Amino acid sequence: MKQLTCVFLLVLLLGACKLNTHKTLPIYGNRQAVNKIVNGQTITDTLYQTIPAFKFVNQYGDSISSKALDNHIYVADFFFTSCPSICPVMQRNMLNVYNAYKDTADVKIISYTIDPKYDSVPVLKKYADKLGISGNTWWFLRGDKDAVYDLAAKSYLVGVSQDSTAAGGYVHQGYFVLVDKQKRVRGSYDGTDPKQVDQLIADIKTLKEEPIKQ
Amino acid sequence: MKLKIISGICLLLAVLIWSCQSEQAIEFDRYYSSGMGVYQTHCLNCHGAEGQGLAQLIPPLTDTVLLKKNKNSLPCIIKNGLINKITVSGKLYDGTMPPVALSPIEIAQVLTYVGNSFGNKLGLVNTDDVIAYVNNCKN
Repeated sequence: MKQLTCVFLLVLLLGACKLNTHKTLPIYGNRQAVNKIVNGQTITDTLYQTIPAFKFVNQYGDSISSKALDNHIYVADFFFTSCPSICPVMQRNMLNVYNAYKDTADVKIISYTIDPKYDSVPVLKKYADKLGISGNTWWFLRGDKDAVYDLAAKSYLVGVSQDSTAAGGYVHQGYFVLVDKQKRVRGSYDGTDPKQVDQLIADIKTLKEEPIKQ
Repeated sequence: MKLKIISGICLLLAVLIWSCQSEQAIEFDRYYSSGMGVYQTHCLNCHGAEGQGLAQLIPPLTDTVLLKKNKNSLPCIIKNGLINKITVSGKLYDGTMPPVALSPIEIAQVLTYVGNSFGNKLGLVNTDDVIAYVNNCKN
């Protein structure tokens, strides 16, 4: 009986160990050390790279600033509606993310168009309708082209460019970028690979369970 | 001993049947497997691994009746793309399909693949027929 109790306790202990090991996602981008004064004492803190402020328009014609994403976990990608190459497979995979989190208030999906000239608000709305997207979980954002390209290259670290020799006229990488509630990049996934997108869906859950450091 | 003889005969029969496979069947297999490669390179992104399409943006390739009815115009759709509205499995699609730069033999291969996958049973689509059709494209 005593032995049995020992085994039982051991199993319980191991189980507890497992419960406490939370997976933490890495924080991407540049970082710098800053000194700040808290309660009269100088302490060193780490300043992480974050997604800078922006102001664009979504598929409903609403003005969306980056403030709307405060306290939201979100996934960002870059596309254009007339894209003949990797976009369909990316959107097919992004639909899985959408279906997993469409009823979760603090998770959003942001698709930035890299062809704002053609992708007007009505074009984006029609595209969203045809994909079967409604509500405010998944926004298709349109804005100043230079601002979008700048965000892609410097903040989300996704390559985009205009290229008249490419099919559709634009070239872009198919990454899905995971951003946390403090606007830090926490993951980057190949949006054309269903396995990596499954990992993204799992990582959003991990991120949701992460305690917010004040 | 008896078992060995029986299994030997069975093996012989299997080899005989295998070698008797008609020229046509071998050609079909060749077209079908090459067509799978062409499909993966040029079609899969949009039409999907199961020919399922994408919501109401890209039509599926699973409407067997439609494909059978329009079998002869499929080579032209691949060569020149599609701008007209199209109803597939009861749903309207009004996007455009870009032209796909394929040789007649590649068109024949991919149509043999699509035409005998996703529920379709169109049989072999041969290169000579494809050449004849693409020379008479209306669009």
